[in-house]
Amino acid sequence: MTVIEKDSLIGKRLTKMDAPEKTAGKTRYIHDINLPGQLVGMILRTDRVHAIIKSIDTSAARALPGVHAVLTAKDLPQKGLGVNKDNPPLKGERVRCERDEIAAVAAESEEIAAQALRLIKVEYEDLAPLFDPEAALRPGAPVIHESKPDNVAMAFDYSHGDVVAGEAESDVVVEDTFTLHRVTHCCMGVSGIIADFEATSGNLTLYSNTQVPFLHKREFAEVLGMDPGRIRIIQPPIGGGFGSKLDIYPFEPICVYLAQATRRPVKLVFTRAEEFLASPTRQPAIVRLRSGAKKDGTLTFRTVDILLDNGGYTSWGATIPFVMMQTFSSLYRVPHCLYHTKAVYTNNPYAGSFRGYGNLQATFAIEAHMDKMADAIGMDALDFRMKNAQVAGEVTPQGMDFKTCGLQDCLTLAARDSDFAAKRSAYAARKGAVGGVKRGIGMASMLHVGGGAKIYPSDGCGTNIKLDDFGHVTIMTGASEIGQGSETVLAQLVCEELGVPMSAVTVVNNDTDITPWDVGVHASRTTFIAGNSAVGAARKAKAKILAAAAGLSNLPAEQLDLRGGHVIRAEDGESVMPLAKLLRSLHFSDKAELVTTSHYYEPPSVHQDKGFKGNVSAAYAWATQVVEIEVDTDTGIVTLLKVWAAHDVGRVLNRLGIEGQIEGGIVMGQGYALTEDMIMVEGHLKNAGFTDYKLITAPEIPEMSIEFIETMDGEGPQGAKGVGEAPAICMAAAIGNAIENATGVRLTSLPFTPERVYRGLKQGAAS
Amino acid sequence: MSPTIEITFTLNGMPKRISVDPTLSTLVMLREILGLTGTKYGCGEGECGACTILVDGKSANACLMFAADCDGRAIVTIEGVAIDRSADGLRQAFVDHGGVQCGFCTPGMVVQAKHTLDKQPHADRATIKRGLEGNICRCTGYKKIVDAVAAVSGTNS
Ligand code: FES
Ligand code: FES
Repeated sequence: MTVIEKDSLIGKRLTKMDAPEKTAGKTRYIHDINLPGQLVGMILRTDRVHAIIKSIDTSAARALPGVHAVLTAKDLPQKGLGVNKDNPPLKGERVRCERDEIAAVAAESEEIAAQALRLIKVEYEDLAPLFDPEAALRPGAPVIHESKPDNVAMAFDYSHGDVVAGEAESDVVVEDTFTLHRVTHCCMGVSGIIADFEATSGNLTLYSNTQVPFLHKREFAEVLGMDPGRIRIIQPPIGGGFGSKLDIYPFEPICVYLAQATRRPVKLVFTRAEEFLASPTRQPAIVRLRSGAKKDGTLTFRTVDILLDNGGYTSWGATIPFVMMQTFSSLYRVPHCLYHTKAVYTNNPYAGSFRGYGNLQATFAIEAHMDKMADAIGMDALDFRMKNAQVAGEVTPQGMDFKTCGLQDCLTLAARDSDFAAKRSAYAARKGAVGGVKRGIGMASMLHVGGGAKIYPSDGCGTNIKLDDFGHVTIMTGASEIGQGSETVLAQLVCEELGVPMSAVTVVNNDTDITPWDVGVHASRTTFIAGNSAVGAARKAKAKILAAAAGLSNLPAEQLDLRGGHVIRAEDGESVMPLAKLLRSLHFSDKAELVTTSHYYEPPSVHQDKGFKGNVSAAYAWATQVVEIEVDTDTGIVTLLKVWAAHDVGRVLNRLGIEGQIEGGIVMGQGYALTEDMIMVEGHLKNAGFTDYKLITAPEIPEMSIEFIETMDGEGPQGAKGVGEAPAICMAAAIGNAIENATGVRLTSLPFTPERVYRGLKQGAAS
Repeated sequence: MSPTIEITFTLNGMPKRISVDPTLSTLVMLREILGLTGTKYGCGEGECGACTILVDGKSANACLMFAADCDGRAIVTIEGVAIDRSADGLRQAFVDHGGVQCGFCTPGMVVQAKHTLDKQPHADRATIKRGLEGNICRCTGYKKIVDAVAAVSGTNS
């Protein structure tokens, strides 16, 4: 008789299931896949920023040997893509930003396709351009879309309490305008798609990098006028997502149209320059914030006015106020809050969703004011935050229900580990000194959804599980793996239920013909939503297995459990029989039964009302990050020395994976704060490459110290909450506060490039 | 069409003879002609390291090197590293230390790390970071990649 010891996987450092293949160069990304007979698709993009298209002459391109199809807008139905359906795949009448798609070719080779593009002649008549979002609202401004004569693509308004009353009881009121810049995802794998269409069956197979395969299926069907049932989306491993693949973009239907026109598979992959030019960006924002507090440190009110540069078309970027709002209304307890936002059309590149979804911008403004107000009332910056921090059990005026909330623990731990209070006052004492290198310490906290976000009709995820005759488990999940490690976490959660090792599990997550529905990878929802779904399916499988084992062993199912690949006696761990043997005896018996189960998990969150009130997520993630920096006041160079990150993650599932998410997020936030910037001159991107768009590299990373606060969320899988976006959110805010601590100068625009810092210090010293 | 050039070189230890267009890059030759897709395109201009290969034992960006210049050289790609049993420890270290997320930078990182360690088997963390300076990773924040390499060089703190 064998006794099997209990051994939980939760909290362990599990290696990523797909990592060995990736280190061998065996993983086949979309760029590595070629179908027989495949043609190369390429897009002609405009070099104008705002113009009427007078004519497009494709005759020379069509005549070029090796060209199979040349398409322009007049070959396609004029259906708009995106959130406002304002973005036709190919533009026939007018262009509204530099990237705009004018024509597309499918050809035998890249060289021929490129040559064909050069042969296409386009005549334009330039229109008055619009680059400044503030100018977009002035009377007489050029109108970018006739359907929106005021240039407002989208507006969100929210309020609770009475800010006038709040201001009246304030002892200190501060006001600033913060200007946030434009950055882009820079996924290492550039965008691409392969479309394979069979005309007689009407079957369309797409090899796509999308983060939202099931929503995409519907959108493709709508745009293409197809039966969604004929569309199959296969997702090869993705070379980074970060939100960039959340919307359908013109290149995708264009590729399908090329495949339909040529009756050949067509592959369309961007160059890096094209990736910079034609991918969505993080939304640039102008945030006007007015905040108040009483002398005793109680927050009184917040008035927020945000202008977003939407660019030429509307993708998800226009909806970030939805998330920003939560931070303004509910990161700290604010009795009165008034919030207005507008996303306005310009002739700049358009914005999409990007890890953090507006929260980097919102947090930057709020946390600057938290420091400013603390200093104004002479209160310690940590104490001020602690006094206003949310706690578990709070339901905010916006309706967010914080069943678990580790914010005060995050603040305490990050401050303690970094010796925040002592350093902050020591560095502040030196901020008046002239010249040289100065040190600063800064803090920022964040709130983000951690249990999905109910925005679509369903925020759910489905899982099917099957066990084979050898006890091998296949998990079919709707949730995509985009490098974040969801595959491993889902396998881990299922192993925990079924008592099998990680090596006994395969995860299938990349084919809409096989996997059950999921709303997509966004809103840090996969561990929580897909995790709960996987646990649900596993529990059903377990119940089935134990019922069968009870029949075979004469022990009641309640006294049985699964562990180490065996059915065991729960009380002493004694093996009753190997799991594989049980599965076979079920299969090859009179019952002739296979163990397969299915579960759909819908979180207990609600759709917000028209005033944006309601508990939109089933759980919320919290964090505090403290940074220590050096500012060279003679050059303006800011060096990030160390980051202390304390995150309320509900519970740590895979320690190795979650550390990786947090470290990656910190460094992404560092790039946002210090180096990354899309330099636009009159609507033209001037730095479409890594030479001039500066990403952080290995020698520049800070020392990172990470603490986890485990609040054991009652709804989360094993207590876990989402974490994907959280770590990128605080960095710019904390660095801004640290620069002020070091120098006494409050910089309100990003990024903190040496030039901006140097100038800011000069002006600050002068004023 | 320009006349092609015939080149001879060793690829992952095996002799190769192939005719190439003089304008062809090593990256396109490897990926499109020879079918070795482990070497990645990340930028095409020598700025990201996704295409890192070893040329006569030194790391190089395949996107910047003409295929014709492979003539007479020993080229090792990630596929060559993967069949090299002496490099299993390095690849396993990337797995064990969490140096892989989306994995797109990983082949270039592994090849570059191998180059660093071949030169300096006991490279310290600062040396490792400098060695990886030309390799961009958007996912990991680099720390776990450095941890992986330092575990092999025996300098992990
Ligand atoms: S592809 Fe060669 S360095 Fe980026
Ligand atoms: S793991 Fe994704 S770019 Fe490095």
